[in-house]
Amino acid sequence: MPFEAAYLYTILPELTILVTACTVLITDLFLREDQKGINHGLTIVGLFFTFCVVGLIGGDQTTTAFSDTFVRDPMGDLLKGAVLVVTLLSFVYSSSYLRNRDLWVGEYYVLMLLALLGIMIMISANDFLTLYLGLELLALCLYALVAFDRDSKMGSEAAMKYFVLGALGSGLLLYGISMLYGATGALGFEAVAEVASVEGLQNKVLVLGLVFVIIGIAFKFGAVPFHMWVPDVYQGAPTPVVLFLSSAPKIAAFAMAARILVDSLSGLQGDWGEILIILSVLSMGIGNLVAIAQTNVKRMLAYSTISHVGFIFLGLLAGTAAGYSAAMFYAVVYALMATGAFGVLVMISHKGFEAENLEDLKGLSDRDPWLAAMMTLVMFSMAGVPPMVGFMAKLLVLQAVIDIGMVWLALVAVAFSIVGAFYYLRVVKMIYFDKAEILAPVDASAGARFAVTVNGLSMLALGMFPAALLSLCEAAFH
Amino acid sequence: MLAEFPWLTLIIWLPIFGGAAVIASGDKAAELTKLIALCVAVLTFLVSLSLWFGFDSGSAAMQFVERSTWIGSLKIDYFLGVDGISMPLILLTTFISIFVIIAGWDVITYRPSYYMGAFLIMEGIMVGVFSALDAILFYFFWEAMLIPMFIIIGVWGGANRVYATIKFFLYTFFGSVFMLIALIYMAFQADSFSILDFHDLQIGMTAQILVFIAFLLAFAVKVPMFPVHTWLPDAHVEAPTGGSVILAAIMLKIGGYGFLRFSLPITPDASAELDWLIISLSLIAVVYIGLVALVQQDMKKLIAYSSIAHMGFVTLGFFIVFTIVRQTGSSEGAVMGISGGMVQMISHGFISGALFLCVGVLYDRMHTREISGYGGVINTMPWFGAFAVFFAMANAGLPGTSGFVGEFMVILATFRADFWYAFLAATTLILAAAFTLWMVKRVIFGPVGNEQVAQLKDLNTRETLNLGMLAAATLAIGIWPKPLVEVMEPSIVNLVQQVQVSKLPAVATPVASLKP
Repeated sequence: MPFEAAYLYTILPELTILVTACTVLITDLFLREDQKGINHGLTIVGLFFTFCVVGLIGGDQTTTAFSDTFVRDPMGDLLKGAVLVVTLLSFVYSSSYLRNRDLWVGEYYVLMLLALLGIMIMISANDFLTLYLGLELLALCLYALVAFDRDSKMGSEAAMKYFVLGALGSGLLLYGISMLYGATGALGFEAVAEVASVEGLQNKVLVLGLVFVIIGIAFKFGAVPFHMWVPDVYQGAPTPVVLFLSSAPKIAAFAMAARILVDSLSGLQGDWGEILIILSVLSMGIGNLVAIAQTNVKRMLAYSTISHVGFIFLGLLAGTAAGYSAAMFYAVVYALMATGAFGVLVMISHKGFEAENLEDLKGLSDRDPWLAAMMTLVMFSMAGVPPMVGFMAKLLVLQAVIDIGMVWLALVAVAFSIVGAFYYLRVVKMIYFDKAEILAPVDASAGARFAVTVNGLSMLALGMFPAALLSLCEAAFH
Repeated sequence: MLAEFPWLTLIIWLPIFGGAAVIASGDKAAELTKLIALCVAVLTFLVSLSLWFGFDSGSAAMQFVERSTWIGSLKIDYFLGVDGISMPLILLTTFISIFVIIAGWDVITYRPSYYMGAFLIMEGIMVGVFSALDAILFYFFWEAMLIPMFIIIGVWGGANRVYATIKFFLYTFFGSVFMLIALIYMAFQADSFSILDFHDLQIGMTAQILVFIAFLLAFAVKVPMFPVHTWLPDAHVEAPTGGSVILAAIMLKIGGYGFLRFSLPITPDASAELDWLIISLSLIAVVYIGLVALVQQDMKKLIAYSSIAHMGFVTLGFFIVFTIVRQTGSSEGAVMGISGGMVQMISHGFISGALFLCVGVLYDRMHTREISGYGGVINTMPWFGAFAVFFAMANAGLPGTSGFVGEFMVILATFRADFWYAFLAATTLILAAAFTLWMVKRVIFGPVGNEQVAQLKDLNTRETLNLGMLAAATLAIGIWPKPLVEVMEPSIVNLVQQVQVSKLPAVATPVASLKP
């Protein structure tokens, strides 16, 4: 493999994150207990710098590197930007939570940054092996992060479940990849695409490979029936980890789906489209219905994630450019919403107290009106009520499925979103209509307050002016 | 200059930003905050008067049109405009909102700034619904309305408020999402989200019926029509006085407006085909709900049921059009039916708003809405008694009040269509008189009911001002409805013409599937 110096320019964002991770890892060795804040500062600066780099090297053109195994394109730029923003927000939200719980250590930052690196490699993968490499880097870091509070039994249990099921999912994906390789003799997305569009379903090995790959994707998304790990992991893991887990990896999963299904297997769209219909309807149905029964907010939001994944699939299965960009819009918006919801949970947890039951949100409007208002914006956005951006996201995917003539699917989707509205409303009810049991004002840092303000108001701003983000999404699939 | 200036944008966003400012100012200087809220409401009303004075009542075209791109790639525009149908409803909204602010002045002690702010935001959103000419913009405002109302009922409502407000939200949400699907479907047909383009669209019969049903679900819940009316009594009873007033006076009208803006002109053939359904449901509302109102023990519930019955009149007036045209071959009576429905909507806005304010006046003093908790109120509150009797009479449709004009026009129009329809509709004159006057008799007249009634104090200045203004409006339209009817006339004539033109594709190819 010939190496060119220009490749380094293409992978500059990944390099920056890697350098940040290494710097934090080494610096941490020399820091006293009371100096650990420097890790936090370094990470924030690194992320911000990377965000600028992504913007700087971005553009309309597509560049590949390392013998076409790595690609930088408009879709990748937007997704990386979104991942960096939600990760930045999640670090800002969690600083005081970590400080209060003896989790304020360098390893947390290093693992998060390496997970982020994995996500960015997945986003830019142009080859099944690169994709798998990124995926495993992400997954291994997440297993460790879920168990990061090592004294927590719930955390260890969740990590064990996540690891076993996650390894199974990765295994299935790898198995599928090996079949695709057997059928096409290639690992690069473009090369596979060429063979797949010619041979189609004639090639039975290709079909089997397709099915296994979709199972792998569905597993990473947490789509029904591959969703069993989601509620347990969300409930057991430390809230800041869930905050990260529920947002950025979803964007990674979308990138994986877009790269594999759209870039590489678009010739088989008619076939994977039908599989996605089933996954989508099941996810929307089970996610929304089971969420109603939850009393634990983290579990409830886990099921809510599952239902949103169903909506993302709606856009993908349409198989049109408008559908893909709708799904991308939805994935980015969902990541922002999830960050906001878990961010508020992290903020209202304080030393010795985990906010995780619905009751813990009672009377939040009396304790902290601003935080309550932001949480409400996020909840209405998840429910898909205008003027919040969640409505725009739903509008786009509905439009995509109606465009291909599947009005019945749109009807199913809106019917489940009515069901979904109920449990989001219940959160708002807890916040505004119930009286607080704990009257102590919420003790949150200025940075976290700023982050939640940006996060909450972005729901409103993107909902009223979605054109800019939408045109970026459309540019990715022109 | 008058036509160039973006009046509608100003009327929508002034109260929304004003409301946000009021909320932001907090409750530290509550009196000042309330004053600011009142100023915003009054200012909005004054600005909205420019619509009335700048309106060309000879034209059926959209006026004060503003159009700019909102989401270019989806062809969604920020497209506003009013005609003779929506303009009076906007004025009604800005007018009623003033009284809502005044009515909450002393009564609301928990976070008054939030209360006032929520109502101001609500006002802007409702004006948005009436002036939006882009389907997505319309839906945007239509759904956004639920958020402030949900919070208003839930935070300042009565004992069972959580149940009522969630029921309210889910019912309305349920109705409207299907409308969204219909709107998207039509946008693909018309290649635009403009409601005016939808009006010119040719749609096959099957598709028309499905679209009609989707609209019906949305609007019937909002109006509300029998049998999807059950959220209304709950929401009304639990809502604070201001919430009830807004619900009855304006939000119900949005359903009626939807029929005129969407169902009739977009799916005329399906409307003609299914008009029996709406007429039956309307007559059931008039007769059956009228009877239900008769037996209510709770004053607010009684007025809520009375609202449903009166709105039945409105939908009857709108959908009797087809029968009239079939029977007489002329559209003259049809115009009268729709005009009657519109006058009824405006008038019901004043009267039901005033009646809820009256109940609010009593509730603030006695903290009960049970009819049996009162008796002989007129002995201690003569001024209040006078107003209450006046509004009760208006609700019963006494000639000289606005309640009479609309009902009379609708009954007259219905007579041209079918004697028995008219006969059933006319029972409202008896039923409405029965349930309102009986309530008045038990609450206002008779010997003083109990100790607390004996200690009641009469209206204060604010309450007198509120009820006085509404009484004046009720009388004005009752005695001289001509300006209102004239403003609406060209638009309604235009609508009736539109309704008579079939929208079926020229070549009779039935559309088998919904695939565009």
